[in-house]
Amino acid sequence: MRLTLRIWRQQDRDEPGAMRTYEVEDISPDMSFLEMLDTLNEALILQGEEPVAFDHDCREGICGACGMVINGQAHGPERTTACQLHMRHFADGDTIDIEPWRAAAFPVVRDLVVDRSALDRVIGAGGYITAPTGSAPEAHATPVPKPTADDAFTHAECIGCGACVAACPNGSAMLFTSAKVNHLNALPQGAPERGTRVLDMVGQMDAEGFGGCTLAGECATACPKGIPLPSIAAMNREFLRAVR
Amino acid sequence: MATTATTGTTGTTQTAGSPGAGTAAGQQSPGAQQAPTAKQAQRNQRARPPAPPGGGGFLRTLWGSTIGKKVVMAVSGLVMLAYLVAHMLGNLKVFFGPGEMNGYAHWLRTFGEPVLHYEWFLWVVRVVLLAAVVLHGVSAYQLSRRDIAARPVKYQHKRQRTSYATRTMRWGGIILTLFIVWHLLDLTTGTVNPRGQSGHPYENIVAAFRTWYANVIYIVAMLAVGLHIRHGFWSAAQTLGVTKPGTARVLKATSNVLALVLTLGFLSVPLGVMTGVVN
Repeated sequence: MRLTLRIWRQQDRDEPGAMRTYEVEDISPDMSFLEMLDTLNEALILQGEEPVAFDHDCREGICGACGMVINGQAHGPERTTACQLHMRHFADGDTIDIEPWRAAAFPVVRDLVVDRSALDRVIGAGGYITAPTGSAPEAHATPVPKPTADDAFTHAECIGCGACVAACPNGSAMLFTSAKVNHLNALPQGAPERGTRVLDMVGQMDAEGFGGCTLAGECATACPKGIPLPSIAAMNREFLRAVR
Repeated sequence: MATTATTGTTGTTQTAGSPGAGTAAGQQSPGAQQAPTAKQAQRNQRARPPAPPGGGGFLRTLWGSTIGKKVVMAVSGLVMLAYLVAHMLGNLKVFFGPGEMNGYAHWLRTFGEPVLHYEWFLWVVRVVLLAAVVLHGVSAYQLSRRDIAARPVKYQHKRQRTSYATRTMRWGGIILTLFIVWHLLDLTTGTVNPRGQSGHPYENIVAAFRTWYANVIYIVAMLAVGLHIRHGFWSAAQTLGVTKPGTARVLKATSNVLALVLTLGFLSVPLGVMTGVVN
């Protein structure tokens, strides 16, 4: 495959960036999107140019490190992470636009790399259970009904990649925060801090400068882990329950 | 208190007398120790929330958060929606002739008498609606500013996002605000109405919809209100936390039916005058 890439290049946080056009050849349809970028970077290094910086780690779709907006869609046209997106979903001769996540709360560090520590601070505000740590407790000590466990697990699948924020027309982190709140609030271990958790995490989310939710539904469409849109309504209910 | 003191003196003086739960728990078996610590943890939790207790704290927490402002928008929107349903049904009186329409308008003013004074019911409704409009508008303005600021750099690759109704909520809201002003000047005060005769709404309605501009304004506004309700009703339900499995489809269907019925119901009046059914 032969492709034309238009990639956002930005030296650092303070420098202005711009889209730059690159041509890549000999791309196999079996390559992942990141392997395609590796191919480009190898060529750039050989030419003595700066390679395109992008975040990546596990490359198997479970860490949430990689993330880029491909042709206006977070993680590209398939409902998966950029590392698990394969070039067979593109056609020979395509022009592909690649941009970083765009949000005031996610400043661009370089090229396609953004600083997502705002999400870490939302977790730090209450996305945990205050309990003595130690060896794992006996599994039968706290019975959890199957539907509750399933619900908690659905939300626990969130890998914090930030695609929801990138896809949202308002740059809102509601889907991310709702996944974290609902995961812990569903379980008996999370119950004692149920109220403070949702208030503190929503407070931090707002303080980070994320937008509000207008129920556009773009987040749930982009989420590679399939966190459902009703998660947001569930968090709204938790919020109302706690604020009363 | 008196009874515990007597049992304390007769029997277990040590445990009943000591207020410190920690020392008492220390002497007990590990199984029983769980109860006081769990309770203590709960007590700590209750003391921790950042919002001060009481009504003021509740409102401050609500207004200070994006979710809370959305709740204000949802509730004020539902109040206005309830009013629109009543308003649309009342409008249909126009198809039963001037006697019935004008009689209905008069009844609205004498409603609740003798407990209420003449027009008081109408003024109560107006005050509630004004409060709803102001709260809805202020929260929409503040949330919109925040949303726009949350993405300072736009994407280069533009793509059609979300449904038409969702995308037009803000402009639709502005159109509706302007329409409400025109509508009050037209059929409440009669300022811009070609006839503008107080107490004769039927004749005023017919006079208004004999002009081309009134028809254009009302048709555009009613399409805008339909689109606004289509996304707004469903959105309000999500904001208020309606999440029962299976309700999503019912809510979306209800939104669509409400939007369609209200738009058609409201549009029937100008269309009735245009076609000569109402004259």
